[in-house]
Amino acid sequence: MENQEKCGEPGFFLLDFSKGQSVSNHQTVSITPHRSRWRRRAQTLLLPAPGRGIGSARGPGANRHGLTPVTSQNWRGARLLPPPPLWVPPNRQRAANRKAGSARADAEAGPGGDRARPGRGVGRTGLSCRAPGCSAVRRERERAEGCGRQPRPTAAGIPVRTSSLPLFSDAMPAPTQLFFPLLRNCELSRIYGTACYCHHKHLCCSPPCIPQNRLRYTPHPAYATFCRPRENWWQYTQGRRYASTPQKFYLTPPQVNSILKANEYSFKVPEFDGKNVSSVLGFDSNQLPANAPIEDRRSAATCLQTRGMLLGVFDGHAGCACSQAVSERLFYYIAVSLLPHETLLEIENAVESGRALLPILQWHKHPNDYFSKEASKLYFNSLRTYWQELIDLNTGESADIDVKEALINAFKRLDNDISLEAQVGDPNSFLNYLVLRVAFSGATACVAHVDGVDLHVANTGDSRAMLGVQEEDGSWSAVTLSNDHNAQNERELERLKLEHPKNEAKSVVKQDRLLGLLMPFRAFGDVKFKWSIDLQKRVIESGPDQLNDNEYTKFIPPNYHTPPYLTAEPEVTYHRLRPQDKFLVLATDGLWETMHRQDVVRIVGEYLTGMHHQQPIAVGGYKVTLGQMHGLLTERRAKMSSVFEDQNAATHLIRHAVGNNEFGAVDHERLSKMLSLPEELARMYRDDITIIVVQFNSHVVGAYQNQEH
Amino acid sequence: MLYRLLSIVQRQRTSPGWQTWSSARSSTSAAEAHSIALPAQAQVVICGGGIMGTSVAYHLSKMGWQNIVLLEQGRLAAGSTRFCAGILSTARHSSIEQKMADYSNKLYHQLEQETGIQTGIPSEIISPKKVAELHPLLNVHDLVGAMHVPEDAVVSSADVALALASAASQNGVQIYDRTSVLHVLIKKGRVTGVETDKGQIECQYFVNCAGQWAYELGLSNEEPVSIPLHACEHFYLLTRPWDTPLQSNTPTIVDADGRIYIRNWQGGILSGGFEKNPKPIFTEGKNQLEIQNLREDWDHFEPLLSSLLRRMPVLETLEILKLVNCPETFTPDMKCIMGESPVVQGYFVLAGMNSAGLSLGGGAGKLLAEWMVYGYPSENVWELDLQRFGTLQSSRTFLRHRVMEVMPLIYDLKVPRWDFQTGRQLRTSPLYDRLDAQGARWMEKHGFERPKYFVPPNKDLLALEQSKTFYKPDWFEIVESEVKCCKEAVCVIDMSSFTKFEITSTGDQALESLQYLFSNDLDVPVGHIVHTGMLNECGGYENDCSIARLNKRSFFMISPTDQQVHCWAWLNKYMPKDSNLLLEDVTWKYTALNLIGPRAVDVLSELSYAPMTPDHFPTLFCKEMSVGYANGIRVMSMTHTGEPGFMLYIPIEYALHVYNEVMSVGQKYGIRNAGYYALRSLRIEKFFAFWGQDLNTLTTPMECGGESRVKLEKVFFQIPPLCLSAEQCDCLIRKIRKDRELLASALGGGIIIIIIIIIIIIIIIIIIIIIIIGIDFIGRDALLQQKQNGVYKRLAMFILDDHDTDLDLWPWWGEPIYRNGKYAGKTTSSAYSYTLERHVCLGYVHNFSEDNGEEQVVTTDFINRGEYEIDIAGHRFQAKAKLYPVTSFFTHKRRKDDVELSDFHGK
Repeated sequence: MENQEKCGEPGFFLLDFSKGQSVSNHQTVSITPHRSRWRRRAQTLLLPAPGRGIGSARGPGANRHGLTPVTSQNWRGARLLPPPPLWVPPNRQRAANRKAGSARADAEAGPGGDRARPGRGVGRTGLSCRAPGCSAVRRERERAEGCGRQPRPTAAGIPVRTSSLPLFSDAMPAPTQLFFPLLRNCELSRIYGTACYCHHKHLCCSPPCIPQNRLRYTPHPAYATFCRPRENWWQYTQGRRYASTPQKFYLTPPQVNSILKANEYSFKVPEFDGKNVSSVLGFDSNQLPANAPIEDRRSAATCLQTRGMLLGVFDGHAGCACSQAVSERLFYYIAVSLLPHETLLEIENAVESGRALLPILQWHKHPNDYFSKEASKLYFNSLRTYWQELIDLNTGESADIDVKEALINAFKRLDNDISLEAQVGDPNSFLNYLVLRVAFSGATACVAHVDGVDLHVANTGDSRAMLGVQEEDGSWSAVTLSNDHNAQNERELERLKLEHPKNEAKSVVKQDRLLGLLMPFRAFGDVKFKWSIDLQKRVIESGPDQLNDNEYTKFIPPNYHTPPYLTAEPEVTYHRLRPQDKFLVLATDGLWETMHRQDVVRIVGEYLTGMHHQQPIAVGGYKVTLGQMHGLLTERRAKMSSVFEDQNAATHLIRHAVGNNEFGAVDHERLSKMLSLPEELARMYRDDITIIVVQFNSHVVGAYQNQEH
Repeated sequence: MLYRLLSIVQRQRTSPGWQTWSSARSSTSAAEAHSIALPAQAQVVICGGGIMGTSVAYHLSKMGWQNIVLLEQGRLAAGSTRFCAGILSTARHSSIEQKMADYSNKLYHQLEQETGIQTGIPSEIISPKKVAELHPLLNVHDLVGAMHVPEDAVVSSADVALALASAASQNGVQIYDRTSVLHVLIKKGRVTGVETDKGQIECQYFVNCAGQWAYELGLSNEEPVSIPLHACEHFYLLTRPWDTPLQSNTPTIVDADGRIYIRNWQGGILSGGFEKNPKPIFTEGKNQLEIQNLREDWDHFEPLLSSLLRRMPVLETLEILKLVNCPETFTPDMKCIMGESPVVQGYFVLAGMNSAGLSLGGGAGKLLAEWMVYGYPSENVWELDLQRFGTLQSSRTFLRHRVMEVMPLIYDLKVPRWDFQTGRQLRTSPLYDRLDAQGARWMEKHGFERPKYFVPPNKDLLALEQSKTFYKPDWFEIVESEVKCCKEAVCVIDMSSFTKFEITSTGDQALESLQYLFSNDLDVPVGHIVHTGMLNECGGYENDCSIARLNKRSFFMISPTDQQVHCWAWLNKYMPKDSNLLLEDVTWKYTALNLIGPRAVDVLSELSYAPMTPDHFPTLFCKEMSVGYANGIRVMSMTHTGEPGFMLYIPIEYALHVYNEVMSVGQKYGIRNAGYYALRSLRIEKFFAFWGQDLNTLTTPMECGGESRVKLEKVFFQIPPLCLSAEQCDCLIRKIRKDRELLASALGGGIIIIIIIIIIIIIIIIIIIIIIIGIDFIGRDALLQQKQNGVYKRLAMFILDDHDTDLDLWPWWGEPIYRNGKYAGKTTSSAYSYTLERHVCLGYVHNFSEDNGEEQVVTTDFINRGEYEIDIAGHRFQAKAKLYPVTSFFTHKRRKDDVELSDFHGK
């Protein structure tokens, strides 16, 4: 079977015991596992009873994690939903994809749009299963997306059954070895034991990796315990009994705030002589992890030798090594690319003669954002080689440096260096392992360079830059300044098909993924999609043992004929700032898949204006009694309190992204549940979210404009 | 729209006052609002035509000063005065403010007769039980009781100001409105004139009553005068009248929990308050005209409106007239600012009224006028003195942050020992971080962080809000263990905040001038320390300090922390201007560690390899020696508490080293950190009076058992203190030259020599006379007189007998003292003595005559023969009065056979 050839599909196991494992009988598959870029480890979810969502079967332990037991009413409500298809034939699936794509386009065209796709999915799982207004249309779209865009559980069943075997193997996790590099075969039974134990607590556990060749057909003894439906039945009833005495545990608002604000950071461009000459007022940034540890990174810095500010978000996959390295290094590459010849010479001379170096970047970092000390020497040497080459190449005639060119060069050069460093290796074993990890993991990048009214956005991958524009009537509209590099982008599909022979046209993008594996079509690192098979083998063989033991690195993507399949070259968008451009939102896909861009811009816009110009009330000669005024004021305060809760626009946005209910208002209960998800569950409901909101200084931008007129 | 409305209403509000003013003017015809030519000269120029300025002018003129000019940038009684809510409340929180308010109240009544301008409507007396009855609109369901102040009044502050101005101009004060002061002209540290936008005025005195503009006006001089105050927006609401207008005698309500005040206003309601989140304004020092353009902020007023409607639900239907935004000024410690600038002589200030301008105006004006006319006010005003602040409090950021804390405090419960939370960590000792890590809790004095006590790692204290109490505080046990350690082992207290001056000279000028300035004999052998006081002409303490004689020509002076500005100003004022005499503030150069306890000797001798026993190092002795690796540490055998021990004055770069050494060596002697609360307990039980609390400018050494710190017959063996300034010298030389010329022409050179010899002889005679009668020092005459006549009050120590520390309210300060059932004075400070296991209060006993309440002489006998009671919140506790510290038979109670194993535990 072709399916067996593949290393597998990420997904979900929904073990429906009461219904005798009939796959078609699932109504609650609506627990949408979050799509992940890599086919993740199989997310095994055990529902030991007529599962009505995770919540329905939660034991007391789970309760502690803040998920309310779902009452019978709730699941009856859930039952009303039509069962989503569990298995979609490939051709139908593609059709659904297209449908989803167009639906998405529709949604984006219209105001309001469709929001919170996975979020709504969650809503139906019982986390907040109160969606009476959930229209059939939305459900339809969701279903389409469920099997289309997202790494859907295309199969669910009991692996021991022969009937479901192909499905199971389809769901095999390929890259999970990366997450558990030390996992050995002999530990399997222990781990499964843990899994079962864990199941009592959470009813869901992150399954350990299953080396495909071993487990594919062999029912492991320990695994059998996994699938004893009747034994689990009592557990469920207990759970239900428990559920009948509602015992709610929520995070208190201060607890929620402390989680949301843990990573928030704000920077205000300092004013000189009471005048702010920068077109950037400042920025707010924040991160909310779903992975543990978080794979997203962010950076912000001011270029000291040239004008301008750099801001970027980096979404890592298969670990955080690559995103970390890119977040540390990319801005230096960009800054160096932007430097004029003389400055480069000056820096080189300073290095040569051991004099003090000119500072290039002023970082604006949250204390949690770290720089790796160990690799800094190595990184510096690579950077120095780069500027030396720039010096050699430049004859000194062209004084003007094109920002677009510089950005593209910097991106490409850094990716090249990452790749090269991994090939060359390092005598230091730690560093050697590090560079390999960096190279074998991947990261997307979305970087904005603001200099006066010139805004450049360089994007590689599926993070997005969105400009918030305030129309004359005060309403907000969103202008997208980047294109996603993924299957939803027709141009990217075209590009990939053109770059490879015709006979690969079908295999190069499969199930919306590059070679059926990778969601973004452009990324840093990921040398598995860049190097030739020979090179990969050579590097892995000569690499450290840890790497050799890692099943993932050894694995070669299927249909890997004409590498490279992946590039780090960014698409650069230029925008000339206007006074009505109030802010720029840079965010990883964790945000964009939970919220529509219109909503994002509206929420940030209202937040920022709410902070600054709340229309004051004036009595102004009208007849107003104290009681009327009091009522009015209380109302206003209630409205404002939600806004003033956050001092940081990014935090405010995350609060909405995670906590928004069907009506677009933050629901504390829901927020509390989402934030109290245990580490291993969180990733199923959301991705890492990283946001930078850059605020522009309209006065300065306007002044620039007037100058030129 | 809002704009227009605002101005209309303002006109409405002010017009009656203005009319009255003009009518008053026509009726008296003495005052004329000059708007043309300013006089070229005046004795006093007062800036500010609000209630403060007019009050000062009124009182100065009443005291007989002539040639007073009052300048106002806008119109009289504009500014905060105009917007003031007009409530005169005599229930104040400190006694001096209470006295001032009381006087104001009486004054305003009196003004009515003097000028004919109606200023006040006396409030009716209501009994607390009849609150509901007398104020029908009030919701009383959640009330436990109410305090009523029958004599309080509601007045129109603008009218008061106008009345004062009118009365002043009757007495000859010239008033010019629409004249703004640009800056004050200063020459040689003295006010010489005022530059206005309409010309210059020469003057000797300048009074800054500019309200919220006082800060900026102070900074505008060549030599800036720092007046730390900052404005906050203050809102109050005006409503239209009721259908049945409220009676004019309806009492004014202050609901402190709701943070609001409510009074009736033209048949409607006027209600404002002090919210928890004040809005500071004019931080950047905006133009004064902005006060007209301030906007209402209803959202900000919402909490106050809520509590207003909670207190008076029936108001719901009342129609709003407007919300008035009138900025009020606040000071960093919620007390007003008055007095003379420490840097510019003749520059007086009266400002920063913390929204009590109307209540305090009359009294404050009177005190300041006295200050200017007689050189000192009739009351002790140290807590209001401008010199309690220095330049360190004049940062705009500091003021902005601090007033945001101060303003809500106006309606907060004022508990003893409350520390401000904002504007902290400005001045710190180099050991701050070390001590903080060891659990130090901090208090602030004059910007300096001082440890209160050290919380042991396993102990939790109450949260800040919960720790507010008048009863036994949560730190009781902590301080107890610190005090015990001071008594039995050794403790370290970081006392770096104390003000330290060094006075050196090339010759004997230092000794001479100090002998003149201080009451005790400073001509002691090198290395000795003298406790002494810096007295004023009346013999009152301007400063209480310890002076160590470092060598023949230099002295090291230690004063209380908050004396930094005042003492400096005083010394500068009275020390001769002599380039050979150098006064230096070395506070920042030294970290001071106080080693208290019987084992301090062991610790120090181990650290310095020098014998520290009393034979080698007697008490009140000072030596430079090495401690650990550090050399040149000034070690003094005194502790400011009466306990054995040492003060170490350490150059700051050695501070950490010495501290570490002391702590590590001290470990085996049971050393631990202690804070100021322990120090306080120790010094009060030893009857050590502290300046600023027990001693002030109106108390003399004779009145507080400080005779030992005074030497009335200082014997002088050196050249007499010819305190001649350079000018005077010049003058003398010129005179001699002139004489010589005259004589030379007349008689020839020989006679010159004779004359010179005669002069020398005269000088020698003067010296001999001085030696015979003793050397004069400031305040000596007053003390001599007091010695002869006896004193009218006497500081005594009271030991509370039947006070239950756990259950009864604690004495803090200001509790009335009753002698034989009659009021005899007030306590000034108190502490729990862990040795006596009793509360100890210090306080002054007066002898009020039974017939007319006049003060009579207090004798030792009088003190000893009384039966005393201290009144704590209405409950009287019996107390024993002592004039001398209790001989410490308690302290040595532990004998050899009492030692137990637990004593070997580290403290």
